[in-house]
Amino acid sequence: MKIFVCVKQVPDTETKIKIMPDSTGVDSAGIKWVMNPYDEFAVEEAIKFREKNAGAQVWAITAGPKSRATEVLRTALAMGADEAIIVNAPDNIDSQATAKILADAIKAEGGAHLIFSGKLAIDDNQSAVPQMIAEFLSIPHTTVVSKFESSAENMTVERDIEGGAKEVVQMMYPGLVAANKGLNMPRYASLPGIMKAKKKTIKEIEGAGGEQKVKFKNFSLPQDKAPVKMLTGDASAQAQELIKLLRDEAKVL
Amino acid sequence: MSKFFVFVEFQNNKLKRSSQELLQFAAQQGSQVVALALGSQVATNKAQLAHNGATEIVFSGSSDFDQYNPELFVGPVAEQIEKSGATIVLASASSLAKDLFPRVAAKISAGLVSDGTHLSFDAEALKVRKPLYSGKCFAEAHFENCKYKIVLMRANQLPVAAADTTKIATETEFNYTKPSLKTLIKQIVKGTSEKLDLTEANIIVSGGRGLKDADQFNKLLAPLADALGATLGATRAIVDAGWVSHSMQVGQTGKTVAPSLYIAVGVSGAIQHLAGMSGSKVIVAINSDANAPIFQKATYGIVGDAFEIIPKLTEEFKKALQH
Repeated sequence: MKIFVCVKQVPDTETKIKIMPDSTGVDSAGIKWVMNPYDEFAVEEAIKFREKNAGAQVWAITAGPKSRATEVLRTALAMGADEAIIVNAPDNIDSQATAKILADAIKAEGGAHLIFSGKLAIDDNQSAVPQMIAEFLSIPHTTVVSKFESSAENMTVERDIEGGAKEVVQMMYPGLVAANKGLNMPRYASLPGIMKAKKKTIKEIEGAGGEQKVKFKNFSLPQDKAPVKMLTGDASAQAQELIKLLRDEAKVL
Repeated sequence: MSKFFVFVEFQNNKLKRSSQELLQFAAQQGSQVVALALGSQVATNKAQLAHNGATEIVFSGSSDFDQYNPELFVGPVAEQIEKSGATIVLASASSLAKDLFPRVAAKISAGLVSDGTHLSFDAEALKVRKPLYSGKCFAEAHFENCKYKIVLMRANQLPVAAADTTKIATETEFNYTKPSLKTLIKQIVKGTSEKLDLTEANIIVSGGRGLKDADQFNKLLAPLADALGATLGATRAIVDAGWVSHSMQVGQTGKTVAPSLYIAVGVSGAIQHLAGMSGSKVIVAINSDANAPIFQKATYGIVGDAFEIIPKLTEEFKKALQH
């Protein structure tokens, strides 16, 4: 029983993003790469599932340049994944191409009983790859999941929707679950886990057949804001001044 | 001339503002606008669709569509796009559409751009910009090798004018076959807040560690938010500390927001928080530390004790907004 968990390597949330001088993309020099934060919840939930289900095996999978992105699989292995596959592909291919090569790789491994992923990657913010993988594999999906329970027959998950509301969804196997924050507390990799992960052979395949449909060009940084206007005086004066500015200058009231 | 396809949504039996934005945008391009509307709320809202610019309304009034289930929606939505003759598909980046359209895109081999913040259509060319890295930078999305282009726009990014009540549209109800479902929605658990979601809110009042604890956060900020009709937001630090639920988190691992007014109270301004809110039009920062990074992004800043300033501010807002 194979449980796949899709992970992506992204710049750490503390990273300051710099643009290439020709505006064609982001300058990757000096970026600290980490596992996409939402994927950590996915890895944790996959491992928890294995702990409850004898015979389950957790396969971490990613698509990306193998010279760099393999590291994210080592992290997944160190957390407790059993096996790992890298689908070698250029950096920054679009959602559809990524989903296609990941879905093809999962198919080639005989398919999945269950797939976990993060709800979105914090680099392109598309929140699209999980649903696309589910479509390519013709399996049901639920995204933005903050609670997961399973029995032998089906899964019951909670999906976060607008305004803090939740949908309670029952889903059959095989299915895909895309994790939101709050699903669990991802474990830290143990030292023996890290040592074992270093020695593990990671399966490499070449990503092919994913056609790009969207390309990002003309990158820019957010426009510089005018310097902040600091308000002085006592609390009452500041409050009155602020309301005046919001109403008469900024015109947002 | 290009034809637009707009997927519309309703809330409390009203057309959502975000859907109005898209219908009006499409209508302004002088083209035919197909509106796809699903569920029992359509019946009382068809005129609204026409008034906002739809020229053709394609709908199913079946209550099957009152509760979102991707398995139920993907087939009919994909089919209606293909039947419509339109190649540009617009929807708002709501939790429903963000879940649905990637799957639709995979089904009909469409290009998909989610979370657009700028949209223009010049000389038959669609231009979309969107934030990457939660707003640390922006890029232009270009479509290639695809007949269908799907754009999910964030709410509050396009202007809305008064609807033209003289406009009319053709109406076509479609039939569909309910597939055998592998997913069942068992229950909806209501949120604690009836307010607009952070991603759609026009005013946000957000708090951080400077508010000391969960109790103070609520006591201080809830009245201010009520006075302004604002939605409450929070930093990662206080979500992780368990003061408030994750649905309130603004930032790179929470929600990316772009309201007209963002009031940050006791928020120092970690880079991942700034990424999530720097698209706001006007930012007010209130913090006791004059060196807090939040002031670099703020339009107006107040250095001082939030516990002293916020009650005064709440009173003043109440007075100002009465008139």
